[in-house]
Amino acid sequence: MGRGSKNPCILIADDSEMNRSILEDMLGDEYDIIEVEDGEQAVEAIRRHKAELSLILLDIVMPRMDGFGVLAQMNDNHWIEDIPVIMISAESNPGNIERAYELGATDFISRPFDALIVHHRVVNTILLYTKQKKLIDLVADQIYEKELSSTLMIDILSHIVEFRNGESGLHVRHVNILTEMFLRHLSSHTEHYRFSQSEISLISTASALHDIGKIAIREEILNKPGRLTTEEFEEMKKHSAIGAQMLKELPIHQEEPLVKVAYEICRWHHERYDGRGYPDGLKGDEIPIAAQIVALADVYDALTSERVYKPAFSHEKAVEMISEGQCGAFNPLLITCLQALSGSIQKELRNDTPARAQQREMRNIAEELLRHKELTASERTLQLLEHERMKYNFFASLTDEIQFEYTVAPAMVTLSAQGASQLNLPEIIMDPLHNQAATALMDEKEQADLSQALRDTTPEHPIVRYDCRITFQGERRWTRIIARATWSQDEPPQYLGAIGKAIDIHDSHVKLSKLEQMASHDRLTGLLNHATAREQIEARMEARPHNQFALALLDLDHFKSANDTYGHAFGDQVLIHMAEALQQSVRIGDIAARIGGDEFLIFLEYSQDVEPVIQRIYSAINGGQYENFRISVSMGVSCSQEAGNDYTALFNMADHALYAVKRAGRGQYRFYNSRMDKVLSAITPIDGEKKTPAGEAGDEGGSKV
Amino acid sequence: MTLRECYEAMGADYDGVMGRLRSERMVQKFALKFLADPSYELLTSSMAAENYEEAFRAAHTIKGVCQNLGFTALMSSSSRLTEALRSGVTPEAPALAKEVAADYERTAAALKELQASVG
Repeated sequence: MGRGSKNPCILIADDSEMNRSILEDMLGDEYDIIEVEDGEQAVEAIRRHKAELSLILLDIVMPRMDGFGVLAQMNDNHWIEDIPVIMISAESNPGNIERAYELGATDFISRPFDALIVHHRVVNTILLYTKQKKLIDLVADQIYEKELSSTLMIDILSHIVEFRNGESGLHVRHVNILTEMFLRHLSSHTEHYRFSQSEISLISTASALHDIGKIAIREEILNKPGRLTTEEFEEMKKHSAIGAQMLKELPIHQEEPLVKVAYEICRWHHERYDGRGYPDGLKGDEIPIAAQIVALADVYDALTSERVYKPAFSHEKAVEMISEGQCGAFNPLLITCLQALSGSIQKELRNDTPARAQQREMRNIAEELLRHKELTASERTLQLLEHERMKYNFFASLTDEIQFEYTVAPAMVTLSAQGASQLNLPEIIMDPLHNQAATALMDEKEQADLSQALRDTTPEHPIVRYDCRITFQGERRWTRIIARATWSQDEPPQYLGAIGKAIDIHDSHVKLSKLEQMASHDRLTGLLNHATAREQIEARMEARPHNQFALALLDLDHFKSANDTYGHAFGDQVLIHMAEALQQSVRIGDIAARIGGDEFLIFLEYSQDVEPVIQRIYSAINGGQYENFRISVSMGVSCSQEAGNDYTALFNMADHALYAVKRAGRGQYRFYNSRMDKVLSAITPIDGEKKTPAGEAGDEGGSKV
Repeated sequence: MTLRECYEAMGADYDGVMGRLRSERMVQKFALKFLADPSYELLTSSMAAENYEEAFRAAHTIKGVCQNLGFTALMSSSSRLTEALRSGVTPEAPALAKEVAADYERTAAALKELQASVG
């Protein structure tokens, strides 16, 4: 990095250390150099050093993020407006050069470097930008200066008058504030008057001059402690006409709006709305509104201030006196205005400090800047956009939702600040489909599904809802994504990307799947219940109609006596033990269920001989011991070869086989054969299923034997 | 061995680089630095690992550095390899990589000799 801190600072972004050193060698004597080796580092460095950077030398081909990516980010963040960029590359491809210029690059240097050329380009670019910056500052300064000097002159002038009048020194200030308040209120609360910001500032500035005519009034009269005689009062009354005359006789500036308004105020701020004022006896709206307003402000402040001839009245008393017409006659609209502002007038006058005056000035300057002709439509549009962005950011910050925007070209995801911090990702992700941190968020298939769903929308129906799991801080959580695809106005419309939000629905999703689990599983053993097992078996056979299936029904021998001898709690433990043994003996993909008290079902697929499979399962569960209870199992098996892919037929055949086992003395298994058809059923029917005559025998049928 | 002799030995453009960089001190400093540049190793390892995206960037970097230093021979072969890898691997890439290897060896040998003679 640099040696002296006074030198302009240049950022060099190039992945080749050699190239950076060559540039450093060429420029390091006159500039401070920051070196970075890829686009992401470049963006980070710009973010950190943007105030000091005078220039960026930017390579195109770099790992992680290329030069175009950096330019795009500089555009997004408006850095490109302040920091010039010179692209450096061995690429002489005209498309690349054009693209770089379009993205706001100032200049292009191609390799191999020529020391002189590099040097000249860098120096020129920095000079150009510095000049431009200085010009902008200069213009702003001048506007500020202008505003400042004109208010300054008016302040001096009006204080001379005040000083001579022996007034508090705050009168002019107060009239100014009150005038501005009345003008704003009239503008926003009445149909009749609409003042622009510049008119408001013009009239309130001119209000300071309302009494300049008093300069010509003799001091004895001006500062007489007692009541004025009629002659003295007549002389005093001349000050309004004299002030107006002084302005009219100004040798220059006659056409200035400020002078014109000040003239109206000076001449007519003692007219009365009923026509009984002076000097011209104007009536009603013949009196210019600026003069009417200043007159009211003048009277109010005179009443609430102490004068040589009177004490100060309270705010309430002053408003009352004015409203009742004791101190002149005013436009009823202005009286309403005074009453409406009654609450805030005292506060405004009390809080008036130099800092606030400064603030007001700054606001005026800002507004003047806005009026400037240079402000083109596009800048206005940018301001509107900026406003929208501010609104969006504000609302986004209020929710926990992750909001995002995706664009296809350039491939980029922008996350809300809130979302980025929740996901621990940057707010802007370039090329998200190839960004490891971004792709790790979501399953690849779900990503593809979502992307397809968005592309399958139409401009008329652009909204997609998609539930998937997203990794939050290492934990996969169920999330609902609601997104709106954006389509271009072209014909046919082009898919441009999407905006949307992701809402964490993990807790409600988990609750829901627990409920589903509860509805489909046996509460005691955790195996599937009969109804669900049947659904799954039927679905399986329908999906793979050409495969071979076997169904086995199992019954615990002498279970009733275990219950009777050791109690139901022990019986439950036996059932749980049995369920676990069953679960372990079947393969993944086989179906195991509890279908009644001590009755279980197994459904499996086989390819060649099913007998060894059944043999293995049977010996795994039969013959064990649970505490004092010996596990003996009877089992009947049927195959889809005989029954066809029909659940009821399979079930009935296995049932017959089981019954045959029970009759033959339990503790063994048998496959169904057609001679068993005559026997009764061993199994209790499924709830809601029509009882067959065989079913009526129920469990008892087995134990009778 | 002088810098000019070294440039001649590796098929490089001495007059060109001097015209641009203007200082023999600077050219020599960076030419010798080339030996330490990791791009060639990165190129060979990414070609071996069939990571052609990385290989493209490495070839591109070599080309850029050679352009700056006026290493004409190596610049030419690495430039052709860059184009062969620009949009994924192409059939001619392996042969071009061999060419780059040969040019690199020749360049590196000359530079090492220069280094030995300047100490």
